[in-house]
Amino acid sequence: MSATQVSARVVSNEPAGAYHLITLNAPAVAAGAEPGQFIAAAVGGPQTALLLRRSFALYTADPATGLIQIVVAEHGPGTAWLVRVRPGTPLDVVGPLGRPFTLPAEPGTAVLVGGGYGSAPLFDLARRLRAIGSTVHMVVGAGSAERLFGTADARTVADSVVVTTDDGSVGVRGLVTDALPGLLGPRGVSAVYACGPMAMLRAVGETAASYDVPCEVAVEESMACGIGVCMTCVLPVVGVDGRSRMVRSCIEGPVFDAGRVRWKDVGTLPVDVLGADAMDGH
Amino acid sequence: MMPLAAHDHESGIRENPGSHTHDHGGTTDATVDMVTTLAGTVLPNPVLTASGCAAAGRELAPFLDPAALGAVVTKSVLLRPRSGRATPRMAETPSGMLNSIGLQGPGIDAFLEHDLPWLAARGARAVVSIAGGSVEEFAELARRLAGAPGLALLEVNISCPNVASRGQVFACDPLAAADVVRAVKAESGVPVLAKLSPDVTDIVAIAGSCVEAGADGLSMINTLLGMVIDTDTFRPVLAGVTGGLSGPAIRPVAVRCVWQVHAALPGVPILGMGGILSGLDALQFLLAGASAVSVGTAVFHDPSAPVRVLAELRTELARRGITRLSDVVGAAHREPHR
Repeated sequence: MSATQVSARVVSNEPAGAYHLITLNAPAVAAGAEPGQFIAAAVGGPQTALLLRRSFALYTADPATGLIQIVVAEHGPGTAWLVRVRPGTPLDVVGPLGRPFTLPAEPGTAVLVGGGYGSAPLFDLARRLRAIGSTVHMVVGAGSAERLFGTADARTVADSVVVTTDDGSVGVRGLVTDALPGLLGPRGVSAVYACGPMAMLRAVGETAASYDVPCEVAVEESMACGIGVCMTCVLPVVGVDGRSRMVRSCIEGPVFDAGRVRWKDVGTLPVDVLGADAMDGH
Repeated sequence: MMPLAAHDHESGIRENPGSHTHDHGGTTDATVDMVTTLAGTVLPNPVLTASGCAAAGRELAPFLDPAALGAVVTKSVLLRPRSGRATPRMAETPSGMLNSIGLQGPGIDAFLEHDLPWLAARGARAVVSIAGGSVEEFAELARRLAGAPGLALLEVNISCPNVASRGQVFACDPLAAADVVRAVKAESGVPVLAKLSPDVTDIVAIAGSCVEAGADGLSMINTLLGMVIDTDTFRPVLAGVTGGLSGPAIRPVAVRCVWQVHAALPGVPILGMGGILSGLDALQFLLAGASAVSVGTAVFHDPSAPVRVLAELRTELARRGITRLSDVVGAAHREPHR
């Protein structure tokens, strides 16, 4: 499961709604990848002036074919280059990186919640959960129809699927969290897994907590390196010792126990975080 | 791994296909003596990591052997654990980046217990970067590190821009810089490098002051203080407002600083850094007068960059008929060698 750095050829690059689905040939990455892990790709080609890697959750990783897939949304010069990258182009990829979702020891009932293209890592997770005998319910939501990702997949990997859009263009009008009470109330759910925007993760985590259901979330923090050296992707997390620390989402995450993330303090420096007292005067 | 081709060779210097792997097909590379001496310390080669760009080495282990480098320069350690700043802590800039980490770290106790022994156990040479808010804190850190196994050199970070006083770092004042260096020298059992800021009017004056105070060598340069404003929110991008600029964008500034200091103080060993992405970039620093180089921000782009730069440097020296690395140190100050 140790990360490797590989030159991965682009096999295909296709639009998928508002996103691009990029398939890469990366056997060494595919071999050890677990759901929830991510890759960090260099962008811009050999002459690039864009130094920072872009991190993407693995949508699929197939050890048999050696192929991995990522979902890319264009919102800056790095992703603008990526969504236009042609088949055959080599990409410098590091992966698999980060802490994956925790699979249960016993089969149970899991609710998987994805927002936008954040749903990408949930489909391999659903397959793994089903493979050990778990029942999987999925909630896939986005602002509008074209920003949904993987709804067709969801129907093949999950026992039930709820689709939500903010504008009601597809599925139920509303937020993914609106669908949770109906799933968490009656069904004896053993775990919730979520990936998507931070505000959504916070809401899903709080809803799961109100039903006493454990919840794991894969966070989205901007990362410069993805491998734990740059210290840019930190967020305040409560440790098992009860102490809060600024922890790296690339190494200690991206998957966290939702109850340990101090959501309202993300983007701030809480005074009780370990070492915050040393920031005065220097 | 994917080669990074030459990034900046507008002058038409040859590109470097196929030289990026560590095992060299030819015999010419192997004949280059890469040994260098930095502040009296013999290193097997001149390529090091840079402080703040390699943590304490462990995170890079999947991508390179820390013992294969000249040394590992660790992230600045302070006396106490330090949380660092709020996020956002970085912004990408043209051929570079701004960071405003705020010296996040576990403190010297955890560093001595976990980090330095890990490097020592792997046979890596450690250049430990220390930072503090007062002369006494720097001295205490040097005292705590004295005699620690694996410690090769101390790098005194008197120039981190991400401190409460921002531009007012020790390295901006010749007297304050000298006070820190003198205090550290009095406690240190290993050679001491003073890390200098380019954000000064006359870097030669600061360099001279540090050397007079006992610095065995100089590391240059630290990041330049910079800023990016978000044109959607109308606010600074970084939570810390300003940050340190690094990467190839600052390389010409760094080469100039090394050149100026080497010209004025030719006997003072220099660890050169600032935007090195390739072996040819490293060679520029050596030619300007550095005895060794640190590869920093490039690691974010390419985690194996330090070993790649080393391999490329060896190849480029061989191509130029150089058999001893030490022959090129400061060579740009002399008449053309060919």
